[in-house]
Amino acid sequence: MTEFNPINWKTHPPYSHPPYRSTEKRGPQKKLLPLPQKLSELTGPVFGEDMLGEFDSDLTRNARVNGEPIGERIIVVGKLLDESGNAIPNALLEVWQANACGRYIHKVDQHDAPLDPNFTGCGRVMTDANGEYRFMTIKPGAYPWGNHENAWRPAHIHFSVFGTNFLQRLVTQMYFPGDPLMPLDPIFNGLPDENGKRRLISDYAHDITTPEYALGYRFNIVVNGPKETPFETKEA
Amino acid sequence: MSQFEQSPSQTIGPFFHNALIQMTDGQNVLVNEKTAGQKIIITGLVLDGDGQPVEDSMVEIWQADANGYFNHPADPNQAKSDPEFMGHGRSQAVDAGRFSFTTVKPGIIAGEATPYINLRVFARGMLIHAISRIYFSDETTNKSDAVLNSVPAERRDTLVAKLDPAELIPTYRLDLNMQGENETVFFNP
Repeated sequence: MTEFNPINWKTHPPYSHPPYRSTEKRGPQKKLLPLPQKLSELTGPVFGEDMLGEFDSDLTRNARVNGEPIGERIIVVGKLLDESGNAIPNALLEVWQANACGRYIHKVDQHDAPLDPNFTGCGRVMTDANGEYRFMTIKPGAYPWGNHENAWRPAHIHFSVFGTNFLQRLVTQMYFPGDPLMPLDPIFNGLPDENGKRRLISDYAHDITTPEYALGYRFNIVVNGPKETPFETKEA
Repeated sequence: MSQFEQSPSQTIGPFFHNALIQMTDGQNVLVNEKTAGQKIIITGLVLDGDGQPVEDSMVEIWQADANGYFNHPADPNQAKSDPEFMGHGRSQAVDAGRFSFTTVKPGIIAGEATPYINLRVFARGMLIHAISRIYFSDETTNKSDAVLNSVPAERRDTLVAKLDPAELIPTYRLDLNMQGENETVFFNP
């Protein structure tokens, strides 16, 4: 059985990041213990296209009540890869986000900005045979949160990613290029290295932008890959 | 050297329920009337460093079927796996921090000593999920499990769900203590 690379803690955030205050009481504090990779870690749920609804990947259509959602239509595309560059086909991506005004349709979101009756900000999509995905949505707005005085989250889309096994599971956020709030955000700044931060910022994609209709963004996602053994060494 | 680097994790935040829970009904029930094996309930609380319930958390489990097989191509016994059991479950904890799954008692996986379930916790306030396991208090084979034996003896109980003899459906209880003296053992596979 091929083992997979472990979580790369040089690029993933730590459990404790004091500027993001809620981390102080919630993440484990004791040292993580090693876990050998066995069948249970190298398998995971296999989802089928049949679980998706017709408009699950079009957030501008999947919640219409009396018209189109308000805001800037965008198309988000990307590829799901492992660290070796292998495309991961038939993988489930779940996305959720605020509306154009920075408000979530969620009972605990009390931000004084309007809800959009035609937008829930929830969607799902499967990667195709080439590991590629595409969904349509409305560009999310920034919103305030209670972490510190005048705290605002940069615009982002939440992604939940199932790869092919237990180890490839990833929940992350996609950001937008040029957002001035990113350097001020304790969640984004919880990332320990600049390259990792760059990997969470989507690129504007003019090749995806559709004339007279919507702007395109590209966001590739990389999950753990198989351990590579470039040299066979023979024990004497 | 890998060509690409892992995309880093970010917190699930407080607003995941509509997308991850409501869009797919009943993800904390892994069984139907045709699923083979002993139906069980696994329930517990997600608790923070002050012992307070973490209501905006989510627990996911991944387990073998009643015979120890996975419906996944990496399992050489995939063809024998129960078509009525996927093995993946997800539970929110909005009800005072309580998660709950209705599933089957997993069988012992080929080459392993005792049954167990893999688990992940996500929460607002965690920038990356935490990985743990659920073992069962009524399995005498636990004492032969290499992973349990690798855990310091005084911390092993944090991984073992206790069978509650008062319930009609076998019910196992295990709280997840994210921090503190009884912090659950979390792993780095």
